[in-house]
Amino acid sequence: MSESGAVWSERDTSPADIEAALRDLLKQRRAEGEAYAPARVLNLVVIADRDWRGEILNRLEKVGRYHASRTILCAVEQGREEIDAVATMEAEESDVTAGRLAIAHEEIVLDIGPRHLEHLDRIVDPLVVTDLPTVVWSPHGHPDAVDALIGIAQVVLLDSVIEPSPRAAIERAAELAQRAYVVDLAWLRSTPWRERVAATFDPPQWRAELASIAGVTVRYAPGSEVAAVLMLGWLGYRLGWKPGPLKGEDGHWTGVATADDGDVSTLTNADESMTIPGLAGVTIETRSGLCISLDRGPGGLTARRTTPDGHESSWTVMGASRGEAGILGEGIRQALLRDRGYGQALAAAQEMVCP
Amino acid sequence: MTTAPPRIEEENPLAEGLERQPIRPTILTIFGATGDLSRRKLLPALYNLAHDGALPERFQLIGSSRSDMPHGDFGDLARESIAQYSRRKPDDKVLDGLLEHVRFVGGSFDDSSVYDKVGALLDEFDEEAGIAYNRVFYLSTAPSFFPLIVEKLGEHGLDEHEGAEVRVVIEKPIGTNLAEAKDLNRRVLAVLDESQVFRIDHYLGKETVQNILALRFANELFEPIWNRNYVDYVQITAAEDIGIGSRAGYYDQAGALRDLVQNHMLQLLTLLCMEPPVSFSADDVRDEKVKVLHSIHPPHPAEVEEMAVRAQYAKGVVGGEEVPGYREEQDVPADSDTETYAALRLEVDNWRWAGVPIYLRAGKRLGRKVTEIAVTMKPVPHLAFDQEGSVGVQPNQIVLAVQPNEGVTISLGAKIPGTRMRIRPVNMEFLYGTSFLSESPEAYERLITDAMRGDATLFTRDDEVEAQWTIIDPILAAWEAADGEVADYDAGSGGPAEAERLLRPGERWRAI
Repeated sequence: MSESGAVWSERDTSPADIEAALRDLLKQRRAEGEAYAPARVLNLVVIADRDWRGEILNRLEKVGRYHASRTILCAVEQGREEIDAVATMEAEESDVTAGRLAIAHEEIVLDIGPRHLEHLDRIVDPLVVTDLPTVVWSPHGHPDAVDALIGIAQVVLLDSVIEPSPRAAIERAAELAQRAYVVDLAWLRSTPWRERVAATFDPPQWRAELASIAGVTVRYAPGSEVAAVLMLGWLGYRLGWKPGPLKGEDGHWTGVATADDGDVSTLTNADESMTIPGLAGVTIETRSGLCISLDRGPGGLTARRTTPDGHESSWTVMGASRGEAGILGEGIRQALLRDRGYGQALAAAQEMVCP
Repeated sequence: MTTAPPRIEEENPLAEGLERQPIRPTILTIFGATGDLSRRKLLPALYNLAHDGALPERFQLIGSSRSDMPHGDFGDLARESIAQYSRRKPDDKVLDGLLEHVRFVGGSFDDSSVYDKVGALLDEFDEEAGIAYNRVFYLSTAPSFFPLIVEKLGEHGLDEHEGAEVRVVIEKPIGTNLAEAKDLNRRVLAVLDESQVFRIDHYLGKETVQNILALRFANELFEPIWNRNYVDYVQITAAEDIGIGSRAGYYDQAGALRDLVQNHMLQLLTLLCMEPPVSFSADDVRDEKVKVLHSIHPPHPAEVEEMAVRAQYAKGVVGGEEVPGYREEQDVPADSDTETYAALRLEVDNWRWAGVPIYLRAGKRLGRKVTEIAVTMKPVPHLAFDQEGSVGVQPNQIVLAVQPNEGVTISLGAKIPGTRMRIRPVNMEFLYGTSFLSESPEAYERLITDAMRGDATLFTRDDEVEAQWTIIDPILAAWEAADGEVADYDAGSGGPAEAERLLRPGERWRAI
């Protein structure tokens, strides 16, 4: 997919110059054709290590239609004192040539140094489009930058699975959730699983079984414990369980939640065969002998059900894999929505891992 | 930790808060499964729903049509159709999953054995899964088969299913006049309950059409002026730049009035004019829409001449290319008087809209493809500005663009830069494409999902269809009784000059 773009760059520049350059770029594009219209959905501010700037830009490129309308990438380079900037305005070449509305996205790459992080809001604030939601994403840490920007941002995008410790990840997410709306990619990785577990128990004949769940096992890719714990937190909150602490090591955590009709054993297991972040499977067993499991399979999830009378059936719940680009794109889209479920699951997860 | 009360018996506690709500296990049976609509729209829509994980947790597909073929051949046909017409490149694994258990039943729709075989397949799927699947029958056939298929379903006990729901989706057209629509509704409702019937008007599945309701009822800005005190007149346009293509057989029987005005354009009118519904439940919304239709006075035969214009495209130039006139199109009779353009002036005689003309126009081979609603406000009561040397102060217009470049434009008077106080209209624009990240699903994706879920809000109710025909029928009758030549317009133009006579002095059709 080729793109038509205009570029401006300057060394040792200032936010005011960059902002003026963006206005000029839009005037230039408009002069070329009235079909240009700047997208006005949200601002995305990314703080990344300078060495990984290209990788981050590639990831953002792959989110396709979920591209933020104005992206401000702050690439942090050790020892850098001045600010260099490159600004581009791009639209799909096919839209421009076909005379369709050419929706232009703006991208500003700022090369900055560590000294700029503490007051990063003073640099970024003049560059965000006023009245649009601003999302902050800091995939390489830099909590000081996130703290500096949280006053001008409404949403923090994070991926809790990259934190080495689930406890630290959940504590950090909970702390940020006090100050902004948090979109956690670890939570979004569990979305299809939550939807399908809900659908499995939707027919009235199975719904009553929700009250007699005796055990839940969540399998996950090594490193994605947080996604598994959030899944358990969601299930527990929705079904009114009192969560108990999860204990364990080496990827195996066990716990007991208390439900109205008895205890529920909860278990999370790492699936060493899984190489991409996220969940690998979910198994739910009830006291009546019903067992339902969902696992990754070709073209979707493979569902298996064993009924109390021993009848077994298996089928595919269709759905294409979203891939890492799809997950990130979904994270950007979710920044415009409000999902109360995450906060509820996060609170339950806190009780499990940070008792 | 705060606990949520489970309320398991009444509702699924796991569904709350999910963006995609569960849909019960469903078997979709498409009658007319090898036809054009199925191949171009329905099968690709099913694939895209499967790709997005939006089909029911358990889903099966049965195709049926007059030509017989093995199950696998229908699977191959579906695979090819999806590859050709899907809005995204199919993922082979998802496609395999969708078509893995696909079944096909061939035979004439009046042949009882077709329904025996369909029934046996449905029972087989139930037995294998150990559940009672919901059953949705999609009638994508010639309209003459609609009542026959529904009656056959009833005869074979397929109109109900213990422990599950049975729904029937009926494509347009619902009759070609009021009598036929009433007869079809009567025959369908002799077998099914209205709650089981989903009459498609695919315009209602378009995001921008649904956004008319959001614009009106989610914004305090518009509602106070959305009435006869402020609105001068309304123009609703559905213009196409293309001709009839290979659809002469259908189109020459239908014409523009039946093809677009009776259904899609009257739907746009009702959404524009309806009162706020008590809720967005199917019947609350449709109750309000029907009230609008009942408020439109069906014309007497003698009134048709002054409130309706029909015309046919003559040869002309579209996009720089010479194109033939309608009567020169392939398979169109040389003496056809079918209208390819229809314009109406209607009035909604109720407290809100009395006296406000609502102009509708639809046509083929016009200058541009555009569907829009233009609401023109009354002029300001007093002008203190100098009009000299400018186009002057124009009434405000609110234009809801349905396609292409979906959005809302509001025209405002603004001062021309300079030392004098001169005014000209400028536009304030909201464009969907610039303001949302998501790609709109195809209308059929939304409508198939709603039918499987049992939500009839975006489907047409029996009384709604009949109310539409009550308005259109006298116009059709008058046109059929008239001996005069149909007016013509050059292909690629803005329509016939005769349409001007519908307007009041000082009014103009918006440029197409």
